[in-house]
Amino acid sequence: MKGILKKISQINFGLLSPEDIRKMSVTKIVTPDTYDEDGYPIEAGLMDPRLGVIDPGLRCRSCGSKGGDCQGHFGHINLARPVIHVGFADTIHKILRSTCAKCGRVLLTESEIIDYKEKLESKLQNQESITTIIKEIYTVARRDKCPHCDEEKEEIKIDKPISIVEGNYKLTSSEVRERLERIQEQDYLFVGVNPEVAKPEWMILTVLPVPPVTVRPSITLETGERSEDDLTHKLVDILRINQRLKENMEAGAPQLIVEDLWELLQYHVTTYFDNEASGVPPARHRSGRPLKTLAQRLKGKEGRFRSNLSGKRVNFSARTVISPDPNISINEVGVPKMIATEVTVPVYVTKWNIEQMKEHIQTGPKEHPGANYVIRPDQRKIRVYDETKEAIIEKLEPGYIVERHLKDGDIVLFNRQPSLHRMSMMAHEVKVLPHKTFRLNLCVCPPYNADFDGDEMNMHVFQTEESRAEAKSLMRVQEHILSPRFGGPIIGGIHDHISGAYLLTRLGSVFKEEEVLQMLKKSNIPFPKRQKGDSWTGKEIFSLLLPESLNMVYKAEICRKCDECLRQECKNDAYVVIENGQLKTGAIDERAYGAFSGKILDSIVKDYGTDKAREFLDSATKLAISCIMKRGFTTSTADEEIPREAKDRIEELLSKAESRVEQLIDAFHNDELESLPGRSLRETLEMKIMQVLGEARDKSGEIAESYFGMDNHAVIMALTGARGSMLNLTQIAACVGQQSVRGGRIERGYSNRTLPHFREGELGAKASGFVHSSYKRGLDPLEFFFHAMGGREGLVDTAIRTAQSGYMQRRLVNALQDLSVQPDGTVMDNRGIVIQTKYGEDGVDPAKSDYGKVADIDRLIDEMRIKSKAGK
Amino acid sequence: MKKDILKHKLVPDHTILSKTEANKVLKQLNIHQEQLPKIKSDDPVVKEIGAKPDDILKITRKSHTAGKFVTYRLVLD
Ligand SMILES: [Mg+2]
Ligand SMILES: [Zn+2]
Ligand SMILES: [Zn+2]
Ligand SMILES: [Zn+2]
Repeated sequence: MKGILKKISQINFGLLSPEDIRKMSVTKIVTPDTYDEDGYPIEAGLMDPRLGVIDPGLRCRSCGSKGGDCQGHFGHINLARPVIHVGFADTIHKILRSTCAKCGRVLLTESEIIDYKEKLESKLQNQESITTIIKEIYTVARRDKCPHCDEEKEEIKIDKPISIVEGNYKLTSSEVRERLERIQEQDYLFVGVNPEVAKPEWMILTVLPVPPVTVRPSITLETGERSEDDLTHKLVDILRINQRLKENMEAGAPQLIVEDLWELLQYHVTTYFDNEASGVPPARHRSGRPLKTLAQRLKGKEGRFRSNLSGKRVNFSARTVISPDPNISINEVGVPKMIATEVTVPVYVTKWNIEQMKEHIQTGPKEHPGANYVIRPDQRKIRVYDETKEAIIEKLEPGYIVERHLKDGDIVLFNRQPSLHRMSMMAHEVKVLPHKTFRLNLCVCPPYNADFDGDEMNMHVFQTEESRAEAKSLMRVQEHILSPRFGGPIIGGIHDHISGAYLLTRLGSVFKEEEVLQMLKKSNIPFPKRQKGDSWTGKEIFSLLLPESLNMVYKAEICRKCDECLRQECKNDAYVVIENGQLKTGAIDERAYGAFSGKILDSIVKDYGTDKAREFLDSATKLAISCIMKRGFTTSTADEEIPREAKDRIEELLSKAESRVEQLIDAFHNDELESLPGRSLRETLEMKIMQVLGEARDKSGEIAESYFGMDNHAVIMALTGARGSMLNLTQIAACVGQQSVRGGRIERGYSNRTLPHFREGELGAKASGFVHSSYKRGLDPLEFFFHAMGGREGLVDTAIRTAQSGYMQRRLVNALQDLSVQPDGTVMDNRGIVIQTKYGEDGVDPAKSDYGKVADIDRLIDEMRIKSKAGK
Repeated sequence: MKKDILKHKLVPDHTILSKTEANKVLKQLNIHQEQLPKIKSDDPVVKEIGAKPDDILKITRKSHTAGKFVTYRLVLD
């Protein structure tokens, strides 16, 4: 790198004066032509060689550096007539409105001037913003008469985007410039111009800077044809019109023609700055595509700021579709071989690893654990080719850096957008696998919020030893099993892990030794030293995973909240007791090791550490999967089948409810209904109907539920928390229930009715969106329509909610990102201002807390009780 | 009728620290008084208890997490 390094201490914004523009220019640009017939750039044309070089072989005529080192040099165009700069049109209008056309003074009285001067100066002294005061001046200074020379002031309007109109007369740019010139320096501050860096008349252009060719490089197509940058096209237009305008003026052409050309010049300069200015038709390419000019380069999502400065593309990263792999650890990520041979890890060659590095280079850039580049001690980067690898190995010595392929055990960062919490970016260990997708363990789906319907994820490879060490201790997946959001596990078993564990550990689940050994082998659980007899209960198998000193009691997800809990004798086997690492009673389900609520997992992380927890989770999920595969597990609508008799009971129940609704409506019409306190009669009716229909749906569900047993796979999934809910099942089997829009029954559509099939004012169940059918039986057309209405509202709500909460999150993060907890527990911002004298007021790290509390005393007492009982 | 705002249930307990107490707090937190959270001198409570700019107030309030929480504020002009 060439040049002088300098530190920026201050940035001042101002306007370029015409002199400044000429001073920084290396040449005047006159001709609109770019290249001659031989393809050489024309002098004083837009590609003038003095504007800088791109070709690395050539030397710059202005600064003498080679192409690539020369950052380019500005030129300038002398405009035949002044034009307004679009970006300042509003400011020009405001300034003209607040100043006198004759004497050029600001339209403030002497006392106001003294007053504002004092206010502005004190603000400036304190380095505070003066925009509010300037805004106030702009409104105060809208006077009909100049307080200084008594000149009548005509109303000045702006005709967007750039025409300034006084009364009915459109001011020319020259006239505008003259008026701005008339303003005295003592008044600059009141109209918001800093006299140190700008003069108001500089907002009208008389000279246009021409950016260097490096800003607008031309591209040579394969056909050999040259294609110019949009900015060059626009500058050609400006030059062409400028030349014609000058010629016409010199030839003394009629005023009308000159004005037309002037207008055209203004148009071209305007679109050169901003091709999306409102009220100006965008300038187009020959193909019809609008040109991308200066403002378009900066603005919006694809602009310089958002896409090149706030966020950038990075090296050593990869992105592909994700798919599940239950056989890798939660700490691992499966990386396709194709990616592993492309992204690399830099390794410093030492006398201890030189042989290994030579092997990598020998393998070459195409085979897997190979190497792509070698960096010599003089920083030269050499690509490894099969042809050159021998020569490189020859020269390799300590001090070189080898960029070797990614291989098993490397630490990488894995990420899925939107990155809403810290668990959206975690460090994984690489496992190079065949095929083309990233593979991840199913337990890490919840923190990333990932599924496999086409989701893609990003991977970043660390390039320094420090970053790897930091990531390994802070960002590893196993360090994030507990969420700081609620102090419980966010990584844990899902779906079949839960159903599988339930099938394994429920009452009456017994396995032959042969089966047990198969399952244990598959799950990498060491065979127990003491061989048991021929038959094992599932609980005994699961206990092999538990630490020997673990004692706990909790109620499982399958608990049906019996009126009186029978504890160990619970017929649902929902009372889980673990004594010294032995699962005595209770079945394993979501509350045991599921993501969000796994109690056993939570206990293991908190009491035995993250290594133990990872081992437990890896083995427990594999065990559950091998069990579910042994037993077989499937679901279909047959699981939601209920006998004829149940259907009849539900039918009867629903028709009773509907006639009850009719009774209520009759009572309402006959004024026999008594209104509830604080409600109108109509509201009372609505509430009562909703209540009756709600109860009817619930009862129909209960009827269906009474026919569902724990041998039904859909029911197992719903009750263990694996997937789905009892509501889902009863809606399929018994009755879908009331559809709602805006929290009430459906009443919109036609006038005084929902659909033309009903009488006006009809209030019955059917007419307001009660779906009496089950999903399995199918909805009739009216029910289907109401169901679609409710469904649509749900979709719209989620879309709006995500947008709102996303913006909310952004604002919160921006406000809180620089706060940090100090070693003494106080929370400070980056200036050292105290935010809280103790973090969270109680100093508790929620990730290490017991579901948000310092400790759950009841739980601790229960555990002690079990422990002492087990000890006896 | 003027209500005593200090008795309102949403107004926590504010007390003015003496110079020595204030210095003790600053020393304990290891900060300069400018680093403390601020409270304006025209705040109704500040006016009520008669605190002056540069006083440090000790505020004792209820807390969801800690039950009771003590914090400090510097009175500003
Ligand atoms: Mg998806
Ligand atoms: Zn140069
Ligand atoms: Zn005047
Ligand atoms: Zn029970």
